[in-house]
Amino acid sequence: MDRIDVRKTYKLYIGGAFPRSESGRSYEVLDAKGRFLANASHASRKDARDAVVAARSAFKGWSSRTAYNRAQVVYRIAEVLESRRAQFEQELRDAEGISVGKARDVVDAAVDRLVWYAGWADKLGQVVGNANPVAGPFFNLSTPEATGVVAVVAPASPLLGLVSVLAPVITTGNTCVVLASQEHPLTSITLAEVMATADVPAGVVNILTGQRAEVAPWLASHMDVNALDLTGVDDPSLAVSLEVAAADNLKRVRRPRAEDLLATPDLSRMTDFVETKTVWHPMGV
Amino acid sequence: MTVFEYAPAPESRAIVDIRASYGLFVDGAFVEGRGTAFKTVNPATEEVLAEVAEASDADVNTAVAAARKAYEKVWSRMSGAERAKYLYRIARIIQERSRELAVLESIDNGKPIKESRDVDVPTAAAYFFYYAGWADKLEHSGYGTTPLGVAAQVIPWNFPLLMLAWKIAPALACGNTVVLKPAETTPLTALLFAEICQQADLPPGVVNIVTGAGATGHALVGHASVDKVAFTGSTEVGKAIARTVAGTTKKVTLELGGKAANIVFDDAPLDQAVEGIVNGIFFNQGHVCCAGSRLLVQESIADDLLARLKRRMSTLRLGDPLDKNTDIGAINSREQLERIRALCDIGEAEGAERWAPACDLPSAGFWFPPTLFTGVTQAHRIAREEVFGPVLSVLTFRTPAEAVEKANNTPYGLSAGVWSDKGSLILKVAAQLRAGVVWANTFNKFDPTSPFGGYQESGYGREGGRHGLAAYLKGHQ
Amino acid sequence: MPVPSSNPMLRGMPPTAEDLAGTPAAHQFSDVTASDAALRRFLHGLPGVDQVGAEARAAGLGTRSIKTTAKAFAIDLAITMVDLTTLEGMDTSGKVRALAAKAMRPDPADPSCPAAAAVCVYPDLVADARAVLGDSGVRVAAVATSFPSGRAALPIKLADVRDAVAAGADEIDMVIDRGAFLSGRYLQVFEEIVAVREACDSAHLKVIFETGELQTYDNVRRASWLAMMAGGHFIKTSTGKVQPAATLPVTLVMLEAVRDFRDATGTMVGVKPAGGIRTTKDAIKYLVMVNEIVGPDWLDPDWFRFGASTLLNDLLMQRTKMTTGRYSGPDYFTLD
Repeated sequence: MDRIDVRKTYKLYIGGAFPRSESGRSYEVLDAKGRFLANASHASRKDARDAVVAARSAFKGWSSRTAYNRAQVVYRIAEVLESRRAQFEQELRDAEGISVGKARDVVDAAVDRLVWYAGWADKLGQVVGNANPVAGPFFNLSTPEATGVVAVVAPASPLLGLVSVLAPVITTGNTCVVLASQEHPLTSITLAEVMATADVPAGVVNILTGQRAEVAPWLASHMDVNALDLTGVDDPSLAVSLEVAAADNLKRVRRPRAEDLLATPDLSRMTDFVETKTVWHPMGV
Repeated sequence: MTVFEYAPAPESRAIVDIRASYGLFVDGAFVEGRGTAFKTVNPATEEVLAEVAEASDADVNTAVAAARKAYEKVWSRMSGAERAKYLYRIARIIQERSRELAVLESIDNGKPIKESRDVDVPTAAAYFFYYAGWADKLEHSGYGTTPLGVAAQVIPWNFPLLMLAWKIAPALACGNTVVLKPAETTPLTALLFAEICQQADLPPGVVNIVTGAGATGHALVGHASVDKVAFTGSTEVGKAIARTVAGTTKKVTLELGGKAANIVFDDAPLDQAVEGIVNGIFFNQGHVCCAGSRLLVQESIADDLLARLKRRMSTLRLGDPLDKNTDIGAINSREQLERIRALCDIGEAEGAERWAPACDLPSAGFWFPPTLFTGVTQAHRIAREEVFGPVLSVLTFRTPAEAVEKANNTPYGLSAGVWSDKGSLILKVAAQLRAGVVWANTFNKFDPTSPFGGYQESGYGREGGRHGLAAYLKGHQ
Repeated sequence: MPVPSSNPMLRGMPPTAEDLAGTPAAHQFSDVTASDAALRRFLHGLPGVDQVGAEARAAGLGTRSIKTTAKAFAIDLAITMVDLTTLEGMDTSGKVRALAAKAMRPDPADPSCPAAAAVCVYPDLVADARAVLGDSGVRVAAVATSFPSGRAALPIKLADVRDAVAAGADEIDMVIDRGAFLSGRYLQVFEEIVAVREACDSAHLKVIFETGELQTYDNVRRASWLAMMAGGHFIKTSTGKVQPAATLPVTLVMLEAVRDFRDATGTMVGVKPAGGIRTTKDAIKYLVMVNEIVGPDWLDPDWFRFGASTLLNDLLMQRTKMTTGRYSGPDYFTLD
């Protein structure tokens, strides 16, 4: 008799823990051929609220870590992901029905993307900051700082897409609430397990699975969220309504746009979520 | 006792020639407006200065079309080096006509001539001079060299010419053309600037000035053919603009309100801190988005500092904006005066203690004395809402952590001040403050090389410096 | 090891009037001046002076526009505050007598022109000045204590002072030992001032810091408190022999010090910028500063002086311009 396998329950990732949705709901996730894969948690507005609280409470600590330390944490995510690549390749093939080679390419790209962003943590300030030669006896320095809690609607691509939107946000010192790929949520939760074991402090990354149209509006209108990344919003009217809601507290909004995930990114995913702070001080004796 | 009375020292207004009526500046020429003309008054006397055209939706259309044509046919095709020379010309003409601009600004706005002469006008010229130099060096900016197109720019009444410079100089340097709407209470220096554009032989349509109130601004920022919206003004209007542009590809920068904390630690250079507090809240009658409107003073020195502050406030000279010795001029409009009065009344009703030095207010015009409130807590409306007037709320704190917590306890995040002789404390606190500009042992300093802009509900984007170019170029760094 | 004091000033805080009420100035600070360490703690506990902010404040006051009646008032007031000064190796009895005559009647053509405050000379020429000035009300001031460097032993400095007083000086302008000050021997400086004050007998003491050598405004503020606590009647910027001499921001810092000292003790101390003030425009800037920093109480030759020589003629020329409506020229004023 064959052994009965132990199936995994996919939950949410909030504040470093893996709770079920407070609503008790889940939804069926099918593989590329339409067969049942697993149930995913169907996050509610209250889960979104809890995730924002977790992200906010992690912000002060994470944003005040040294850039070098944040770089090491992001690099550690890459290391752990690399060590579990077989699992991710398999999951991607199940979920998306892609070939062995394609799955390998995607995992390669995801690991490399994390490494790329990790290296930026302690260089962005040098590239986008400025010493300003003001016309007076003042020391004047502009540096980038994290904008705060970023709500991210992740693209469909469950690994590379998620890594591409998440890494730049946390590398720069933000914390985030990510609404994972609605279609392929499972791999995103597996990535959460990677982060939970990769020294990412609790609350820095929070991942929700569920319905974009249901959860995203709560994040877009949340007054304790500072920025909104709409990359994964494929419905233009939803994108407009989310941007309108985001205006209530003037969130920085990154609008959805066509992007080649495999190409090396520009800096905009980092610079869209930093604030330039300029400090003046007199120079005298 | 000897009394040293300063005799009146009025700057002559003969240098400015205010016309009875003004049209719109579109495609290089002054044209009639099709809306309902409105009057602009001298807030110090309530004298009507001129009748100004209101741009209707159709006028806005014409202006945007002129800007589009100038963008496509002339300005975007011109080399950066040539654009630079136009901007240098403008900078020079502003310097040459500086007295005229300063007097006109003070008459239309109510600000002291000392400020328009020593701050607004020279700084406006400096912005043009600075950005002129960028026009042929954009490939080194980090943001590419591709302009956005037509910029819709709406500016406030507190620094009419200076805000115009903040908007127009970088836009033009980057190769964009602009349609700018000055505030309805202060249109005159923008219209004089239009003449300066003519004197500089700036190609028609590169700069267009449309005058009017909210409806004109709404038509401009909502216009389908503008590629960029830049707004400085209230957070409320900023939010409305953010909603208006949702779903478009328009790039937006917003410079909005603030409720800056000015934190004074017990080891601060006290006399300079007093100056910084005064400059922070009474400069330009407190009509400053980055005004240091919340004084956070360490409890151990609160009494001493307040005594010094009150003594200093008693020497402030309020009156005729054209008098060279005036420190505090007129409130810009009756509407603003009423808002300041209402918030101060609420402050008193909520239990804060109000103090102002003995101060004779002129009988005509709009005036409010320099005022401070003590016994204010974070729960008071005067500690939370932007008064946009010469009104300071004084709060105390005991530890650096408490100071930072109180300073950050606001939806705004434009600016902050820190006063201490301890370098490491300053750097630590500056890093923890959620504000776009932190003035340490100084306040209200502006420079074209230095980026300015806020966190949170104070808006987004930066103006000034290399960072200011990002708002007008397609590239990302 | 010094014992912790209950005196708030020893904890680096400005004293309140209550702390100091009722005691004569010099004695109020017995805790503070008990040792070099205590004095150092006090002086270094004074609030710092930010150079950029102080200079900006001074420059801002310098933009005041003083015209017509205000200017006429300021010019006459400035004339009454001039310590007409000659401090050259080639000074002679004749030179000093001429200067004294000019101090009494700055504009012989106009009897409404007020007299200057004092003539300021080296001790050996005090008698000459005294002889001319008599009881005119114009004072005789003498620079003493081995002016301008102050590099002599204390007994010699005190003898210098006594000699000047004996010759009829009403006021003694002493120099502090900048070497001692800059090397942190504050108590030595303090005690020297106390000793000189004693040697002055009834003459008024002005304490010169030579701010150009002290370099920082923090030092100027510390020197100000040191001199005030030691009983100086006036604090004075410079000898005129070192550049920079008087500047607006240095004077600002000293005015803030006398203001705070009065708040703390009730005692008024005068201020004298000296050296480098040559024009009416400059003088008016100082008067504006006095008016706005310490207030009208100090707008009096008893509490504010200008140490100057060429300033007086420019004041006279401007005064004539105000009364006649045309510009005057140096030929119309005496060279003394």
